[in-house]
Amino acid sequence: MWSLRDRHCIAGIGFTEYSKASGRTVLDLASSACLAAAEDAGVAVEAIDGIVSFHFNDSVPAIAVATQLGLPAARYAIDIAGGGNAANLIVLQAAAAIEAGLAETVLCYRAMNGRSGFRLGGGRELSAHGVTQYTAPFGWITYPQAMAMWCRRHMIEYGTTSEQLGAVAVTCRANAVLNARAMQRQPIGLDDYLASRPIVDPFRMLDICLESDGACAVLVTRADRARDLRHRPVYIMGGAYGGGPNQGEDLFDAIRWPDHSHNYARYIAADLWGSAGVGPTDVDVAEIYDCFTYSVLMQLEGLGFCKEGEGGPFVADGRIARDGALPINTHGGLLSEAYIHGLNHVVEAVSQLRGHAGPRQIPDAEIALTTAGAMTCGSAMVLRR
Amino acid sequence: MTAYGKPLPVPDADSRHFWAGCRSHRLLLQRCRSCGTHRFPAGALCPACRSREADWIESRGRGTVFSWITVRHPVPRDVYAADVPYVVALVDLEEGVRMATNIVGCAPEEVTAGMPVEVAFEDVTAEISLPRFRPAAGR
Ligand SMILES: [Zn+2]
Repeated sequence: MWSLRDRHCIAGIGFTEYSKASGRTVLDLASSACLAAAEDAGVAVEAIDGIVSFHFNDSVPAIAVATQLGLPAARYAIDIAGGGNAANLIVLQAAAAIEAGLAETVLCYRAMNGRSGFRLGGGRELSAHGVTQYTAPFGWITYPQAMAMWCRRHMIEYGTTSEQLGAVAVTCRANAVLNARAMQRQPIGLDDYLASRPIVDPFRMLDICLESDGACAVLVTRADRARDLRHRPVYIMGGAYGGGPNQGEDLFDAIRWPDHSHNYARYIAADLWGSAGVGPTDVDVAEIYDCFTYSVLMQLEGLGFCKEGEGGPFVADGRIARDGALPINTHGGLLSEAYIHGLNHVVEAVSQLRGHAGPRQIPDAEIALTTAGAMTCGSAMVLRR
Repeated sequence: MTAYGKPLPVPDADSRHFWAGCRSHRLLLQRCRSCGTHRFPAGALCPACRSREADWIESRGRGTVFSWITVRHPVPRDVYAADVPYVVALVDLEEGVRMATNIVGCAPEEVTAGMPVEVAFEDVTAEISLPRFRPAAGR
């Protein structure tokens, strides 16, 4: 279990514009977000000695950013192969490296041209190697198709409805309306959700996240250093990464996952809350990985905000709205702000805990949850101001 | 046979018996010689006991639908435009393993959880036959 409660802070956040066609290289996006995070923290770029990133063969390696930024001596430059599951893991990795003395000031970034460049939802090779040989030949290829299989299982087990999924989409969009950098700011209602185009039953277009060009970065350092920097520090209280048995041979593969009506969240909940020393009822704002509407339900259940199977009713009655008991995805999430693979959730949580979220600020937000992942493995953190 | 423009399995050292079995319309699974556990997908080790010793046995090719999706928007568009809507399912075989497949021989709206199905091979190229499933006869 994570044993470094409150010993490290996120002292800086940075991001680029989120767009469908950046017209910039991924190296430019990554370096710009990292530079912005360093400037936000008030840390000299030369003082940065670590960089951690995650990628899906769609990004640039940490040493490339270290080179572009002219870091004199990057002691810790790590690339983690992963999808959204890794968005909190890289922050924990940075803190662990600092604790171990491998670095002192670490940037974490995620950068991609996810719409104009390599599209994660765009299909795969016609030659199906490895575990893909058991899925792609049946036309089971994209992540919406993967996740719809999980969602259907939840509907079978618990009677979860399209209207309940729609509540997540509507909530995220209502928050994005207040967020100047969100890619989708047109208000929607449940009727718009239900009328959106069927993509892969049980998913409609509005169940599925955006595709984005852009980058996010955060700067991690020891708490005693962070207290002398520009902004109110945001402490990493607790965190966890993992999943259950049979996590699969890649992030798509869940053929051997025991029960698709729950996901990784169930398996990390005890470590997450135990490491943080708080529980679900202490959370003021939750930035929950929403690559699809359904993934929010599974994480709310798995992390103990409600019982297994009750995620649908939980989200359907306004509880997750910005004026509800558990405001979620205050920036609009992956569904309506941008798909920066969950690191934008960490950026938003820091903004909320600093009190810098402007029109979308949740009053007096002291404790935030961030999660990352939807299927067999994932990561989460509890942050506080 | 005309050119087949959809993803095709590339058999490897672990899977070539499985795909060779499909080509002869037999659904082959590994059964651990040490602990008796069936496994799928094919692999060199038994995840239950780590033994390398396994026999290939022929599945009865019968199972039930665990979950399913109906693909309505084709991706890649040009590859699947003529196929939508089509059903992809996870099917639990009687032998205790689960596999991804297509449900054919009925409308997507007729697929239900727990529906009994049986294997129906389709020869898609000269080398590859895919194990799809159809509603079980006499159900
Ligand atoms: Zn065995």
